[in-house]
Amino acid sequence: MAEELKVIVFTLAHEEYGIEVDKVRTIERMMPITRVPKTPAFVKGVINLRGVVIPVIDLRGRFGLEETEPGENSRIIIVAVNDLEVGFIVDSANDVIDIMSDSIEVPPEVVGGIKAKYLSGVAKFGDNRLLILLNLSEVLNRSEIVQLEQFGE
Amino acid sequence: MEMNQYMSIFIDEANDHLQSLNENMLRLEQAPEDIGIVQVIFRSAHTLKGMSATMGFEDLASLTHDMENVLDLVRNGKLAMNGAIFDTLFQCLDALEGMVQDVVNGGTGKADVSALVARLQAIVKGDFSAPAAGAPAASAPSADGPIVATEMLLDQYQLSVLEQSVDSGLQVFHIVVSVRDDCVLKAVRAYMVFDVLEKNGEVVKAHPSVQDLEQDKFDKSFSVYYISQIGQEELYASIMKVSEIESATILPVDRSSLAELDQSKEQASQESFRAVRETAAAATAPAKPAASAPAAEAAPARTAPAASGGGANRTIRVDIERLDSLMNLFSELLIDRVRLEQLASEVRRNDLTETVEHMARVSADLQNIVLKLRMVPVESVFNRFPRMVRDLAKSLEKKLELVITGAETELDRTVIDEIGDPLVHLIRNSVDHGVEMPAARVAAGKPETGTVHLRAYHSGNHVFIEIEDDGNGINRPKVLDIAIQRGVVTPEEAKKLSDDEINMLIFAAGFSTADKISDISGRGVGLDVVKSKIESLGGRVSVTSTLGQGSKFSIQLPLTLSIISAMLVKLGSEKYAIPLSSIVETAAIRREEIRDLHGNKVIEYRKSVIPVLSLAQILDCPDYRDDGETETEMIVIRKGDKLAAVLVDEFISQSEIVLKTLGKYLSNQKLISGATILGDGQVALIVDPNALIK
Repeated sequence: MAEELKVIVFTLAHEEYGIEVDKVRTIERMMPITRVPKTPAFVKGVINLRGVVIPVIDLRGRFGLEETEPGENSRIIIVAVNDLEVGFIVDSANDVIDIMSDSIEVPPEVVGGIKAKYLSGVAKFGDNRLLILLNLSEVLNRSEIVQLEQFGE
Repeated sequence: MEMNQYMSIFIDEANDHLQSLNENMLRLEQAPEDIGIVQVIFRSAHTLKGMSATMGFEDLASLTHDMENVLDLVRNGKLAMNGAIFDTLFQCLDALEGMVQDVVNGGTGKADVSALVARLQAIVKGDFSAPAAGAPAASAPSADGPIVATEMLLDQYQLSVLEQSVDSGLQVFHIVVSVRDDCVLKAVRAYMVFDVLEKNGEVVKAHPSVQDLEQDKFDKSFSVYYISQIGQEELYASIMKVSEIESATILPVDRSSLAELDQSKEQASQESFRAVRETAAAATAPAKPAASAPAAEAAPARTAPAASGGGANRTIRVDIERLDSLMNLFSELLIDRVRLEQLASEVRRNDLTETVEHMARVSADLQNIVLKLRMVPVESVFNRFPRMVRDLAKSLEKKLELVITGAETELDRTVIDEIGDPLVHLIRNSVDHGVEMPAARVAAGKPETGTVHLRAYHSGNHVFIEIEDDGNGINRPKVLDIAIQRGVVTPEEAKKLSDDEINMLIFAAGFSTADKISDISGRGVGLDVVKSKIESLGGRVSVTSTLGQGSKFSIQLPLTLSIISAMLVKLGSEKYAIPLSSIVETAAIRREEIRDLHGNKVIEYRKSVIPVLSLAQILDCPDYRDDGETETEMIVIRKGDKLAAVLVDEFISQSEIVLKTLGKYLSNQKLISGATILGDGQVALIVDPNALIK
């Protein structure tokens, strides 16, 4: 039996991506970010989310895409995975959709310039739209940051 | 009467008694001849036995009962303590602790104690054919008629009931029951005695009244007139079955003594009798207001010494989670306070400013109290070490003395909970690797008995805990060899290391200098875990050592983990907080005062030359550099005995800040120890001054 999945849809460099709803804590408009020194470039800093300090990363930077200045539509999606709480800066986030689990396919090697290991699948929905589902635990894998930190020293 | 409500009292008291047993056993081991200590131990064991039996923990009771038998022989001089007895008793304490722990965890407190019981009984039998009587009440003093009369007076009705009972051939007794001095649940004991009595007859009159007894309003003893269906001896035996009863005096009452009672009632004009009579009258007839007043006054006076005898301060126990949420709420309040202060300074209205200032003072007091609520003396961690060191010394066949100072030093509860394991590790390390075997010590010209000092003291915003031994010290060449072998450092790096840096190598991961692996320490997973644990608490650990003379491990811990005083500084558009605890001084300097020394910038500060650090450069500030300024603000920071001058753009203010973590994702920052939320809602990072000084 195919199950229904609720996903938050956001855009990044004209591609549509999805994160399961139960992993998203909240979606915020852009707010002041405090830079944290000696961190990789894609770590933008930390924000004050109602009294809790949460790190924010730029997903474009994380995936090696070209970084742009945040605009009017930019959002911070706060996700919580494996007791990590992190905010993702995305170009826009404006949809919640249902997809069937049997419509998800194994991702090809490279999608929109993003390595397959960051992706958990590709889903077709609506009239021929493609939704790229993120593998959050890999996106938030700290070992790469640690390596980058050591490299920077 | 519901027993569950006494459970928490039982657990607390049992733990206290176990702690006191442990401490006194250790003292006794040092001075085996001191019968005074034996008495204290005996009393603790006896109380524990009574408590356990009442609460239905039979195994606890039976084990303590047999310990008591051994101790009884010792305190009566019939048995001399020796190593085997000490070991057995200590094992009994361990077993007791295990059982009490089981009770704490909601278990039944059951354990197989038969082996220990058998050993205790063997000790008792080994030297003496018959164990001495366990209960000290065998020779209870007898009281005579007139004293009975002064104890309480009967009203006409009660008297006639007794007379009729005597006339009809029933056994009437006057019974005086005393509970033990150190009895905790007196009311329970009294209740249990009454339970026994009511099963076998009828209580005509009790003094103090049953209500008072149930409310704990009696000193030590109470008396009853009782019409019994069973014999005197049987009655005595069943009363003495109730634990913590010191004595029960049972006097038969007959016609003649009743007549005497009647007379003494009439003669009750003597002053000594009057007071007693008023109390008795109040107890029987509370409707008489004049008479009841002194009795009401007398009752609290009598219970007061009993309460203070228990050594209890007026305290309540609070769930730690409630304290945590209180702390969290207060943190929120503090952020708003800072925000309010800022707004008030913008609005510039006098009454608003005054109100905000007052609120600031109140919240500062509140903060003190909230923080103090969470402070616990390190004693609660330290008090398990004497026993541990004793056991270690025994198993290693070393001679050791542990000297504890500053156990009253207070630390935040969260730190206390975490610091136990690292300390156990360091002490084990000192005992195992530090202190030498007695023969080696004598050969080295040291006293045979090694000493380990465990010290705690306050200094500034920190608490220091030191573990110092007078053992062998760290063998630095050996440490270096091993570090190179294990690949902790390269031979090139090794040449540049200072003595202190070499000492610190023993904290590196996967390092163990023990020649042979023992079960005490040195499994190669030791000291690096200690170091990371202490650092995770925001603390530091360091070690100094002199070969042949001993080592000293010093742990520096923050007083609290939640709110600190900090200096807020500005670097261009960015704001940072620097903990006040490491700031020595703030000043302004002219650029030309900074000099170059071998390519490093230095400055003369109070007749010494200290390095100058540019915070903007270290933190890669995007829009500020101090090089361009002719005059710069400087903060002198301290780490241990090292000083450094840190250049900043501008001082903002000194402020109480609430510590927040950066989140797990960024948990590995070296320069930044955390973050705080400023009055305007922005996040400011907290610079770790210790990371600035290399």
